Amino acid sequence: MFQVRIHGRGGQGVVTAAELLSVAAFDEGRHAQAFPSFGSERMGAPVVSFCRIDDREIRSREPISEPDAIIVQDPTLIHQVDLFAGLVPDGCILVNSGRTFRELGLGDLLERYRPERLRTVPASELAREHLGRPLPNAALLGGVAALCGVVSIAAVTRAIREKFPGSTGERNVAAAEAAHACVDAEMREPAGA
Amino acid sequence: MLEQLEGSRAVAESVALCRPEVICAYPISPQTHIVEALSQLVKAGDLTPCEFVNVESEFAAMSVAIGASAAGARSYTATASQGLLYMAEAVYNASGLGLPIVMTIANRAIGAPINIWNDHSDAMSQRDSGWIQLYVESNQEALDVHVQAFRLAEELSLPVMVCMDGFILTHAYERVDLPTQEQVDAFLPRYEPRQVLDPDDPVTIGAMVGPEAFTEVKYLAHAKQMQALDLIPEIAADFATAFGRDSGGLVRGYRTEDAEFVVVALGSVLGTIEDVVDELRDAGVRVGALAIRTFRPFPIHEIREALAGVPRVLVLEKALAVGIGGIVSQNVRMAVSDRDLNVRTAIAGLGGRPITTASLRRLFEDALADRLKPLTFLDLDRGLVERELQRSRERRRSGPHAENMLRDIGVVAAGPV
Repeated sequence: MFQVRIHGRGGQGVVTAAELLSVAAFDEGRHAQAFPSFGSERMGAPVVSFCRIDDREIRSREPISEPDAIIVQDPTLIHQVDLFAGLVPDGCILVNSGRTFRELGLGDLLERYRPERLRTVPASELAREHLGRPLPNAALLGGVAALCGVVSIAAVTRAIREKFPGSTGERNVAAAEAAHACVDAEMREPAGA
Repeated sequence: MLEQLEGSRAVAESVALCRPEVICAYPISPQTHIVEALSQLVKAGDLTPCEFVNVESEFAAMSVAIGASAAGARSYTATASQGLLYMAEAVYNASGLGLPIVMTIANRAIGAPINIWNDHSDAMSQRDSGWIQLYVESNQEALDVHVQAFRLAEELSLPVMVCMDGFILTHAYERVDLPTQEQVDAFLPRYEPRQVLDPDDPVTIGAMVGPEAFTEVKYLAHAKQMQALDLIPEIAADFATAFGRDSGGLVRGYRTEDAEFVVVALGSVLGTIEDVVDELRDAGVRVGALAIRTFRPFPIHEIREALAGVPRVLVLEKALAVGIGGIVSQNVRMAVSDRDLNVRTAIAGLGGRPITTASLRRLFEDALADRLKPLTFLDLDRGLVERELQRSRERRRSGPHAENMLRDIGVVAAGPV
């Protein structure tokens, strides 16, 4: 089982990101379960969503406390919310930022985890460029496909097109592919740079 | 066809396949997505003939469902929590009149304190209302059981509640197998009402009944609901034949063979429980689980049979009867009253508190070691309770408990993760 936790703020598509990830996994013939942290969602409030992916039926309904991957959609949460609690020792982190982990004040994570699995990608900027709006969720899913390989970028883009037919979908696909290329290129470089 | 859908969407699709003619609802979290999806299907002309009636309250929603059903229309509504309480008077009327309405309950806690999260307090408050109550464990089962519910309701001329955990199921995306219209049409016959308001053959429905026959009418309501104990397994068996899936029915045992301990529960928590059961079985511990899928009528014989010879039984329930403890446990104790067996109660998951595998593991280990008291509150923060009691002792005007306790744990409004 592969478990993903997504942190962001209300209005950033945190819940939709988990849904899309589950649809991408489903599309590849796997079982997937996506669910939000349930609450009175409102714009700007911290929001968490979850996605489990497995080759067999997923029965557990508990929130994910030991994720294999963490996506941070909003870097302003970094010193406000315990974002990285429970990450498994060889887990992945993808932060929406153009800065490095050290610049974000997250240098200690590079010591505690495998640095090649900790990446940032300027998803909001890529979204602004391709969508005209700083909605980072689709781009981050492209990045996660490159970082974790738990779903393919092809499945991610199919899920995006299915959810958002027409030009909205195409623009989100472009953002996802750009982020995928970005993380993919970084993965070929030395870690933690 | 296999699809990755939100639970609410899956239920809406399933209800639409049952061809309801009148849907009336008032939105309330976490039911909203279900009726939203249905209203879209009606508006788009994908569900026809069907009238979607926007009403001004849950009381009106049930009242419209009663009128529509009495006029011979297949009627559906959905609600949760305070919405169910607000419609309570009409809920009793629907069953008292014997109208086969199907209603989804997206289970949610009841205030005060106001809380939008999941537990079973809402449905449990209406357990004696005369409605049949079915509880589902997954979105696939939610989808399947709605199809069965219409057939059951209409065959008995009794209303049916399908209870699914709010948020945990309604807002979860997972794989479901959506049947075709042809499959559902073959399984669910056209609605042939047993009583109908027909201008060509006028009757009244809803007479005032005095002491001369009230007991007999009520007795018949009981006798009729008990018929469901035979019909529910038949419908589930037919469903399994037609659709190839085990959904619905009265109870379902999981690895109960040779069990020295069985946990009894309702709804989606069974999935998490089964994961823990597997873990303990792998470690050589003989544990099992029993899902109560039909809570009303209460399948007393099936539960007695399933628990026969089991030395330790724990009922894990998501509702609290203040002043006594468990609700489901009282019923389970009746089922095993022929034996000298101490049925333990664990109250868990109130107001959306997650029920984790770690906590379940500890609970089951305590049960196996006979360390459980008759009534346990899973993951209760005793310190928080003690400090509030202390404040109450120290000051006469100690203020409202809920606000004091939130301040104590450093939360102003609900919502942190």
